[in-house]
Amino acid sequence: MAVIKTENLSHVYSEGTPFVKTAIDNISIEIEEGQMIGVIGHTGSGKSTLIQHFNGLLQPTSGKIYIDGEDMWADKSKLRDIRFKVGLVFQYPEYQLFEETCYKDIAFGPKNMGLDEGEIDRRVREAAAFVSLSEEQLMKSPFELSGGQKRRVAIAGVLAMKPKVLILDEPTAGLDPKGRDRILGQIKEYHQEEKNTVLIVSHSMEDVAKFAQKVLVMNRSKVFLYDSVENVFARAGELSQIGLAVPQITQVFMELKKRGYPVNSNVYTIEAAKKEMIRLLEKGGEVRA
Amino acid sequence: MLRDITIGQYFPGQSPIHKMDPRMKIIATLLYIVMLFVASHPLSLIVGIAMLVLMYRVSGIPMKMITKSLKPVVPIIIFTSVLNIFFVSGDPLFQFGFIEITRQGLMLAILMSVRILCLIAGSSLLTYTTSPIELTDAIEILLNPLKKVKVPVHELSMMMTIALRFIPTLIEETDKIMNAQKARGADMESGGLMQRAKALVPILVPLFVSSFRRADELAMAMECRCYRGGDGRTRMKQLHYSHRDWIALCIMLVSIAAVLLLNRILA
Ligand SMILES: Nc1ncnc2c1ncn2[C@@H]1O[C@H](COP(=O)(O)OP(=O)(O)OP(=O)(O)O)[C@@H](O)[C@H]1O
Ligand SMILES: [Mg+2]
Repeated sequence: MAVIKTENLSHVYSEGTPFVKTAIDNISIEIEEGQMIGVIGHTGSGKSTLIQHFNGLLQPTSGKIYIDGEDMWADKSKLRDIRFKVGLVFQYPEYQLFEETCYKDIAFGPKNMGLDEGEIDRRVREAAAFVSLSEEQLMKSPFELSGGQKRRVAIAGVLAMKPKVLILDEPTAGLDPKGRDRILGQIKEYHQEEKNTVLIVSHSMEDVAKFAQKVLVMNRSKVFLYDSVENVFARAGELSQIGLAVPQITQVFMELKKRGYPVNSNVYTIEAAKKEMIRLLEKGGEVRA
Repeated sequence: MLRDITIGQYFPGQSPIHKMDPRMKIIATLLYIVMLFVASHPLSLIVGIAMLVLMYRVSGIPMKMITKSLKPVVPIIIFTSVLNIFFVSGDPLFQFGFIEITRQGLMLAILMSVRILCLIAGSSLLTYTTSPIELTDAIEILLNPLKKVKVPVHELSMMMTIALRFIPTLIEETDKIMNAQKARGADMESGGLMQRAKALVPILVPLFVSSFRRADELAMAMECRCYRGGDGRTRMKQLHYSHRDWIALCIMLVSIAAVLLLNRILA
């Protein structure tokens, strides 16, 4: 069964003023349990709006959302439980830190869940280990850390709630390539260990290719594509029409194939590219078909 | 949720009122308020109501915005009306035991409520049709004579511009932080007073931190662009009075005259 299912979901901002804006329009998708999904789309295509519906922060203007088959808005008193089930890390989450120490800040979520002291402590340490925060950093004020470190504290704050579905809105925005790979690696590791469902909003196809099994492409408030990575990247032409590009390395291999080299064009990461190149070179003489 | 607040909200448009010089809009608004206060008889206020309807029609701002802007003052109006109705002495209209309603009391209650309603609706129109930047520019120029007596007019108007500019940002930010904390299970809707006050900490701390950071950054950015107060500063957009401004002024003056005349006749 799908963990999250939406039916004709639409959201209109500022209805009844001259600033009306349909941010998401008639979206029906199903998200299967245990998958890692990349959400991609232009600035303003409605990604953040969509994911804020998944844990009940925004109420749909029309349409329905089901979490584990239950209508989310049928019983408003259950909304808080849903927020524990579907953890959401916002865009630039470092600005939400408020406690005296990182430890306390990470403990905020678990505490709200009503867990006992021992369990809270265990979860905080576990989450801190996932984002590789040291014991010393845990006892520091979050305002003394660097931007990237703050970001990791904020992510740990949501990981510590052990949500069944983890959603991250551009967790790598504004980080250097190393910091980016590190955070994505940590999230992937967490996903493999916990077997939970993860959605990551991203602007980078390269990043999506690294972690996702499925890709949700948003364009102008609508779902443009929702399919496996292979199937989405196979439609490079359509993607470039809406201003999105497949990873550069994939473009290279598509071009090679076009020029008659016997390569697979479903190469999305540098790793895979290396293997494919070696395979090609080992074939030696019969390079050009 | 916080976004639904409309105080000082600007609705861009192309109506003659939108295009008026902001200085004249402020003057006209002041004259309108004067008119409401010279009206000493409930019937002379009809001119005030008629002007209000006319102005909203011309500006193209939906009439339902009036009710939206009036909502917050309803309790004040009810309170003053009740005071006026029951406590003003004069010729009694009805009498129930010790409660007495007088003709003067009733008149005063109507006069005051209509006055307040028109006042709020009329001055809201100023902010609905004028962008905050235009508004502070106009205030700066109108207050310029005060520079002679060492009032820091430019600084005041710069402060106002910055404050106005950051209201939406602050609202947006509050909304975002509230959502982020709600996503971590913060509960802001239940519990006693103490509990609710405590629940504000996770919102206020990040809000203060980011406001200070923002103030710092803005100050730095202004200095980088060589901002050093108002002396010798020129404007990209010069304000000019046009025909429509003088026409608006005449209409206002005529309506004040009409109110004075009505006062005479009805008294
Ligand atoms: N609170 C709001 N009030 C009014 N309009 C909004 C609000 N939030 C978003 N919008 C509008 O809705 C549209 C979708 O916004 P959204 O934040 O979902 O985009 P996004 O895909 O997350 O973009 P980005 O990649 O820049 O984060 C945008 O056009 C935006 O202007
Ligand atoms: Mg976004």
